[in-house]
Amino acid sequence: MNSWKPNTTQQTRLLRAQMLRHIRSFFDKKKVLEVETPALSQAANTDPYISSFECQKEKQTRYLHTSPEYPMKRLLAANSGDIYQICKVWRYGESGKNHNPEFTLLEWYRLEFSYHQLIKEVSELLHQLIPALSQQDKIYTYEDLFLEKFALNPHIASQQDLIDCVSANIKGLQTKSLSRQDLLDALLSHCIEPDFNDKCLTFVIDYPVTQSALASIRKEQGYTIAERFEVYIGQQELGNGYQEETDYQRNKHILYTENQERKKKQLDTMKLDQNFLEAMKQPIPECAGVAIGLDRVLMCLSNEDTIQKVINFPWDVA
Amino acid sequence: MATYNTSEFKSGLKFIMDGDPYTIVENEFVKPGKGQAFNRVRIRNLKTGRVTDKTWKSGEKVEAADVMEVDMEYLYDDGEFWHFMEPDTFEQHAAPETAVADIKHWLKPQEKYIVTLWNGTPLSATPPNFIELKITDCDPGVQGNTAQGATKPATVETGAQIKVPLFVEEGEVVKIDTRTGEYLSRA
Repeated sequence: MNSWKPNTTQQTRLLRAQMLRHIRSFFDKKKVLEVETPALSQAANTDPYISSFECQKEKQTRYLHTSPEYPMKRLLAANSGDIYQICKVWRYGESGKNHNPEFTLLEWYRLEFSYHQLIKEVSELLHQLIPALSQQDKIYTYEDLFLEKFALNPHIASQQDLIDCVSANIKGLQTKSLSRQDLLDALLSHCIEPDFNDKCLTFVIDYPVTQSALASIRKEQGYTIAERFEVYIGQQELGNGYQEETDYQRNKHILYTENQERKKKQLDTMKLDQNFLEAMKQPIPECAGVAIGLDRVLMCLSNEDTIQKVINFPWDVA
Repeated sequence: MATYNTSEFKSGLKFIMDGDPYTIVENEFVKPGKGQAFNRVRIRNLKTGRVTDKTWKSGEKVEAADVMEVDMEYLYDDGEFWHFMEPDTFEQHAAPETAVADIKHWLKPQEKYIVTLWNGTPLSATPPNFIELKITDCDPGVQGNTAQGATKPATVETGAQIKVPLFVEEGEVVKIDTRTGEYLSRA
């Protein structure tokens, strides 16, 4: 049995340590404060597409966090100023060559930043971490990507148009049980992402409102878009950022709607995080936040083709 | 009825779809940053051998196939069926040509094979990784020629065509890797 052995090379372990040092020095120079928040919380993420691990002991149930978003926003509400965190997070069922259910996230929040300013900072950090990025960043709106690839406007295309597009472009996927968002996700992940250049960062911005999560939204040309971005190297998604929604009512509405969505999908609903919502009643400055998967950054640094090769003890041998 | 959730998908998992048994060749988990995850899967129909791509929404279920892998000894073919036997029980199983089409040229009586049974019917047979077979036809050996890498074609007792080094003679028994069809050594 060799399952006791680490999955990484010493070189990869050195690269990980170096990456963490670089990140800390990057934020130190910018006076962004490193913080810690709980990994085991009383409330869980309501996002219907993310599943939390549940820990039960006697009468207590706690949930492993899937990102430190809620408690970090509680810190922002208490005047913490700019903050970042490097922590382990857990997402049930996310397993594959780019996914390990336990992984390392870098999450940071910048006050008085627009998401466009934050995109610049993400690019600055990633270029410092990954010298192999030789070409200029590309920034596309979600809409442009769909218009260019399918001549389809993702914000207003009919359900039938999306079904036809999926049937024509993705082999062997039953469209029957797919929602509007599922169809868009399928097209993006199967048909659009594979075209992204692997020598540069690609930013996708301005998502359909159905994919806003906790991002703020704005009206444009008669439809609403979510002020969100994702960053990729090649087709590898590295991170996800928002213009943060700071309004209490809308945050509450989002969590509630996500729980409704959970019911529709016959998933357990989650207790709303009242501490988070209470914090959202405070006046919070406009801010932008982003989370980056550090194991994937390390995959780029070490030229490994699976996430399991950059994690000392991945899921199957953890 | 047993089912598998997409989170249990991995290579070699066997399931039923549209009445046919399939095995997973390769499973890829695809998920946009936020949103619906998919399992993009390469699957092989165990009856026809055809490989196709299929995509499931993560969280969907497939019906588990009642498929067993059993060690069996190959006996003989009667032109229509290829007969195998379980060595412990002497129970015999007749495999149709589709089940052995890929490995027919590695079938040697008394040799052990892994036979995949679905509802009791053989679907496929896997030869041992290494097999020893007699050369039934090849050009005469060239003594003293030990040039590295120089080979000549040869036919073995099961009918397979392989390449052997120049010094190997007709009638000799050689060891072959059935996965690559390569000559390994004299037996």
